[in-house]
Amino acid sequence: MADLKKNPFVAEDGREIVLKADHLCIQFGGLKAVDDVNLSIRRGELYGLIGPNGAGKTTVFNLLTGVYKPTSGRFFLCGKDLTGKAPAEINRCGIARTFQNIRLFGNLTVAENVMVGLGNQIPCSLFESMFRLPRHFKAEAEYRKKAMELLEVFHLAEYADHLAQNLPYGKQRKLEIARAMATNPTLLLLDEPAAGMNPNETQELMDVISFIRQRFGITILLIEHDMRLVSGICEQLTVLNFGTELAKGDTASVLNDPNVIKAYIGE
Amino acid sequence: MRHSKSFYIKNYLNYAIILVVLIVFTVLSLTGSAKLSTLLLLEKIAISVILSVSLCMVVGFLGELSLGHAGFMCAGAFLGGKASALLEPVLGNGILTLVISMLVGGFIAALFGVIIGLPALRLRGDYLAIVTLAFGEIIRSLVMNAPTSWFGGTLGLPTPKFNSKYLFIVAFLMVLACLAVTQNLIRSKHGRAIASIRDNEIAARASGVDVTKYKLFVFTVSAFFAGIAGVLYSYTQTRVQSVNFDYNYSIEILVMVVLGGLGSINGSIIAAVLITFLDVELQTLLPGDLAVLQDLFYALILIVIVIYKNAPGLKSFRERYNLRKLLIGRFAAAADAQSSTDSVSGKEEE
Repeated sequence: MADLKKNPFVAEDGREIVLKADHLCIQFGGLKAVDDVNLSIRRGELYGLIGPNGAGKTTVFNLLTGVYKPTSGRFFLCGKDLTGKAPAEINRCGIARTFQNIRLFGNLTVAENVMVGLGNQIPCSLFESMFRLPRHFKAEAEYRKKAMELLEVFHLAEYADHLAQNLPYGKQRKLEIARAMATNPTLLLLDEPAAGMNPNETQELMDVISFIRQRFGITILLIEHDMRLVSGICEQLTVLNFGTELAKGDTASVLNDPNVIKAYIGE
Repeated sequence: MRHSKSFYIKNYLNYAIILVVLIVFTVLSLTGSAKLSTLLLLEKIAISVILSVSLCMVVGFLGELSLGHAGFMCAGAFLGGKASALLEPVLGNGILTLVISMLVGGFIAALFGVIIGLPALRLRGDYLAIVTLAFGEIIRSLVMNAPTSWFGGTLGLPTPKFNSKYLFIVAFLMVLACLAVTQNLIRSKHGRAIASIRDNEIAARASGVDVTKYKLFVFTVSAFFAGIAGVLYSYTQTRVQSVNFDYNYSIEILVMVVLGGLGSINGSIIAAVLITFLDVELQTLLPGDLAVLQDLFYALILIVIVIYKNAPGLKSFRERYNLRKLLIGRFAAAADAQSSTDSVSGKEEE
């Protein structure tokens, strides 16, 4: 009987569920790219989403960030229904993301990239900026200060005034995470953060990810192909194949699931 | 926050230069030693600068290709010009009439800016260029085909003339206003948001940037200043004719922005000054039958500039004789040397 009264946004172990996705589906013409995907991610968790190429992982990210609207199904952040909202609004509600192919603001400096991410956290209207009222100068100084603090965390402070497009690849990935963190999210979505990185950079990235978890207490959902990274840091996994869930559960048991091995390696 | 002197020079040198030019010619005009043709040239230059700086906001900073700038100018010229023609008998041909008609022209053009900004939210690149091009032509043909009593039809709308000794002062003040608004906007958090849309719209949305608001805002402000330029233009002519606002003119403004280097306000200003100067001078230099050569020379000069700006072989030459470095570098070096002897100089921050 107790089950009937159970709050759907509290997990069995009593932890809060930050992201809950119920039966997410999206169809492009006749193709079901994502079919009945359910996720429930607890606060502070590092959750992995893996699967072979074309399994629909990035499509799930695009659904969760409002780039696509789901054909059916809903998703909730901390109990708030975000289905069908625009990307900017979802971001302001607390979901930030990075991209598989890096999408920085290349002609802005590193600091400015983070400052765009900081968004409206420090109020200053268009009018105040256009006519250079005192609050503009105060806000600008504050933005710069906050951005530099964040860049320190990611060891990018020395590049603050470089153009983002001139950074080396590994640092661009880090900057993208920094920009996403600047939006002050509850949930961070990382789309293949280690793609194209060498083993050293991957190691450095793993350190950064565990550091920001500690420091900001953030919940992370991550897509990855690098199994070393997945088995090294993810706590829970969902495996997608052809848009459907193949397996889910804690990392060790999922990676040993014969179905998963079959999907990745074949028979 | 303290800034070093070089920071101020880098950011405010353009205001200073425009002010100096304005003061010099005001004195010349008051003492009667400036030729009327020189003053007319100054007016034309000021109009071009307003147009190119305001278009630079759309093309250079928002990253949208707009080919309808002459259309906004047309709306400003005719509706502002009509307002001044109506106001003239009541308020006289003074500064008040000019200011009110500039506001009327500016706001009506801004309204058109909102209307064109709406499709801009859905279209990108070439498609938006086509829509803006068509929009500019629509405004023009609407004005041309309206009843003759409204805008004078093909003959054009007769507009009052302001004292030509002083019109360029008003025009230059509008240049300063346009420059201040654009520059302040770009160098603020809103400017960063606008530039982020240009660099990567998807990432901008994912970072919480309100793309709709900023796109509409930029189109509106840019159209507002195009409208003001239109009213100023109507004052330099005895009759405003819609033929002058065809898409070739939009493209000419775009050329100024592109030649100046996309995303550079000062570049747009310099290009606007040079191109307008060339245009006017070639017209007077080539009398009679030689006038046909005007377009040829104009094209040749443009080609030379484009090659100079882009040829890889000229890279080292360009870097050595970079106008901006030479100009700002010299001022900044002198100022910094002085300030460092004065006291411990403030750290340069933005």
